[in-house]
Amino acid sequence: MCAVGCGSPAPQQRLVSVWAMGREGEVIAQLLPQFRKLHPDIEVKIQQLPWTAAHQKLLTGFAGDATPDLCQLGNTWIPEFVALKALAPLNQNLARSVRVQASDYFPGIWDTNIIGGTLYGVPWYIDTRLLFYRRDLLAEAGFADPPRSWEEWSRMLAAIKARVGPERYSVLLPLDEFAPLLVLAIQQPEPLLREDGRYGNFRSPGFRRALAFYREMFQRQWAPPIAGTQISNVWDELGRGYYSFYISGPWNIGEFKRRLPPEQQGTWMTAPMPGPDGPGASLAGGSSLVIFRRSRHKEDAWLLLEFLSSPEIQQRFYQLTGDLPPRRSTWGAPELASNVYAHAFREQLERVKPTPKVPEWERIVTDMRLMAERVVHGDLSVEEGATDLDRDVDAILQKRRWLLSRGVTP
Amino acid sequence: MKVGHAAWAFATPALLVIGVFFFVPVLAALIVSLTDFDLYALADIRNLRFVGLDNYWHLLHTPDFWRAVANTGYFVAVGVPLSLAASLASALLVNSRLTYFTAFFRTVFFAPVVTTLVAVAVVWRYLLHTRYGLLNYALAHIGIHPINWLGDPHWALPAIIVFAVWKNFGYNMVIFVAALQSIPADLYEAARLDGASLWQEFGRITLPMLRPTLLLVSILTVAGYFQLFAEPYVMTQGGPLQSTVSVLYFMYEEGFKWWNLGSASAVAFLLFLMILAVTALQLRLTRDAETS
Amino acid sequence: MSTTGARVLLHTLLLGAAAIALFPLLWMLSVSFMAGGEASAFPPPLLPGHGTLANYRQLFGQQNIGRYLTNSLWLAAMTTLLSLLFNSLAGYAFAKLRFRGREPILKVLLAALVIPSQVAMLPLFLMMKWLGLVNTYAAVVVPAMAGIFGVFLVRQYALTIPDELLEAARIDGASEARIFVSIVLPALRPILVTLGVFTFLGSWNDFMWPLIVLTDQDLYTLPIALAQLSREHVPDNELMMAGAVLTVLPVLVLFLSLQRYYIRGILMGSVKG
Repeated sequence: MCAVGCGSPAPQQRLVSVWAMGREGEVIAQLLPQFRKLHPDIEVKIQQLPWTAAHQKLLTGFAGDATPDLCQLGNTWIPEFVALKALAPLNQNLARSVRVQASDYFPGIWDTNIIGGTLYGVPWYIDTRLLFYRRDLLAEAGFADPPRSWEEWSRMLAAIKARVGPERYSVLLPLDEFAPLLVLAIQQPEPLLREDGRYGNFRSPGFRRALAFYREMFQRQWAPPIAGTQISNVWDELGRGYYSFYISGPWNIGEFKRRLPPEQQGTWMTAPMPGPDGPGASLAGGSSLVIFRRSRHKEDAWLLLEFLSSPEIQQRFYQLTGDLPPRRSTWGAPELASNVYAHAFREQLERVKPTPKVPEWERIVTDMRLMAERVVHGDLSVEEGATDLDRDVDAILQKRRWLLSRGVTP
Repeated sequence: MKVGHAAWAFATPALLVIGVFFFVPVLAALIVSLTDFDLYALADIRNLRFVGLDNYWHLLHTPDFWRAVANTGYFVAVGVPLSLAASLASALLVNSRLTYFTAFFRTVFFAPVVTTLVAVAVVWRYLLHTRYGLLNYALAHIGIHPINWLGDPHWALPAIIVFAVWKNFGYNMVIFVAALQSIPADLYEAARLDGASLWQEFGRITLPMLRPTLLLVSILTVAGYFQLFAEPYVMTQGGPLQSTVSVLYFMYEEGFKWWNLGSASAVAFLLFLMILAVTALQLRLTRDAETS
Repeated sequence: MSTTGARVLLHTLLLGAAAIALFPLLWMLSVSFMAGGEASAFPPPLLPGHGTLANYRQLFGQQNIGRYLTNSLWLAAMTTLLSLLFNSLAGYAFAKLRFRGREPILKVLLAALVIPSQVAMLPLFLMMKWLGLVNTYAAVVVPAMAGIFGVFLVRQYALTIPDELLEAARIDGASEARIFVSIVLPALRPILVTLGVFTFLGSWNDFMWPLIVLTDQDLYTLPIALAQLSREHVPDNELMMAGAVLTVLPVLVLFLSLQRYYIRGILMGSVKG
């Protein structure tokens, strides 16, 4: 039988275990031969986590003392793992590093990795959300350019819906994703939590406006009230014109390029998010590379982190995944500069806002999504939804308030 | 005493395992349910607070918990009778004097029981697919429009019930067949001499003679159906609109997704109390029926 | 109704029910031989156009399913062997050996049967953490080494062993251990097969606990791996079916070969003991 410490190596063996999600997990493996040339004595073991179970697996891993050395972590999860004291601070490594230069990173993204003045992660790729849309269908509806404001966008959505009829829609907002509503919410002037993250702020006029707009898109049947898992294939369905707008992230540039047939390649484009009044903000999302505090191979893990962060490797990573790099110097590369679909992301990156840095954030957005689903189904009004959510969020943050009141920084 | 020592030596390993890995955790769960054990406490035990019955009180004021209770109640209230009816009907068919290949049919009906739940749930997820599923295809032949089985909050739980009945009916069937075989044949012969119809035979002899078995089987089945978890985990992930979140699924998310172990333990105990209460009710109702 | 008429009706119903019971399983088998995407068509095809083993090849090649198959087998076998040993010892002791505290302990165990195992699950996880067993097979096997149900199943059967047999052996000077090995175990053989089948199937099909304690992909059992596959590869219908076939087939074969014993276990378990 496999006894205690099964699978953990003897200390003299240089082995770095890595957890990465979804496609990125596969791609790291392809980049490794180059790393092995540089460091032939370091062995790397990669485990792929499915995105849907990643957060949970990470927490279970932490709870069970089974965390890896190096890990890909959604940057909104960093506060949570910092609160758990699970992550190693990286300031010293950074100070000594030649390859990782803070000034080369987009500041909005870099900032999400800093909690209480300490650096806990290095951005790996950027994941902001914006519009993917069907240029041709928009033109047929009488609009040459993508929307800049909600008002313009509404007119376009209405015009497209009028053309495509009851069987098809203008926009896809999957009910099992929180990002679309969160993007609308983050464009508002009010913060989503108030008093240093002690209470929810979802009854603010801004959030209610975002929620009302979100609901309107379903009520007017611009958006189908379905979950992403019920669409067998989001790419084909955009190609078929089942919807014309889709809020999604950079990884889908590659997917659309690959999955849509050549004759449809000219029909789709990306555009920055429209805002309530003019160009809007979007999420400062992305994945970072972190090193776990319990790791016994921190230095080797940092070597791998540096390798993955170097501009040359980031370029290859971009080629393989389409994930957008967080470093300005990588954006100068010809492949990226010539990618017309990436331009909108470059523009959007100038307008990204971080979400509140509280450990409970993942749970809060999950609750927000569930509430929004009920509002869409008509079980709750916008008012009720906002009130309910604030009540739930206040309950979730109760422990945080207690810790803060005792002078503990969660 | 020699035999006494040997007895202890024989019984201790098992008792130790059961004690350490079942009784101790159950007691610990009771204690944890009175604390706010969460991720913060996991990181630093000084962040743990004793909160008395707060977890229970809070749960009873959480609409999502009640929704999970209602979903589970629905699943039990509809699923158990359906399941028992299917088991009993198939047992009667299999056990009939006129049936050829009894063993074959019994094996076939039992096959779904031994299959791995996760695997067959995956299969059913595709049978239930709105556009490409065979169920909707079959229904289309009798003029029923495609139903979004797992995507419509009204249909998701019924779909899971149908799946659960399919998976489980063979188990109770085996028990019913054994009980049917133990009914003395002369009872039926006497009834037939009196000119009783098949239906009357069933109502006057079979059902009364099966009563103890029925009670036992229904208690076991209710307890089992209360523990709904893997079906929604694989087929719907609790959605749509939380319509397939069961109490156990709720506990799993609370405990192992959000690591609120205090609150999750309270959920586990409330589930236990619910099962106890329903079992007691079943026993009570049967006793009343017997005395009246 | 004539006997013939009744017979026809009866068998029509039986065949209909059998079709419902078997159809999903046969369809699973059929789709597992289809090419990728073939099943997502309307009307849904019942049989593969031209059968292919590509899905199985992919499962064993890229998806590493051989490993999960071995893991499942190994875990189920370990659990079965250990629990047979522990439960048979205790079941026999409770049936045939007098010792102080036997009756009260039996009562407590019987009462505890109503507690759903999930109640213990959360603290059990913390316990495994403190023991350093999270993410090891020990975390799955150790708690399953003995169970109340198993002890009672064996006890009930062991009650039928004639006391005279044991007494005679004792008078001959045999030790208790020797009696257990040479008299009790052979007498218990049928029920041990039953319990073995039960435990093996239960362990093979178990989902929630391994899902929680096994975090390392290399340790996954088949059901866990399959659930993960099915959540990630939603469009890969045919691949999933091949995975389902591989998961279900071993237990079906085991059941078909030892059916008699399994059904006896159900009947004994459902009769109050």
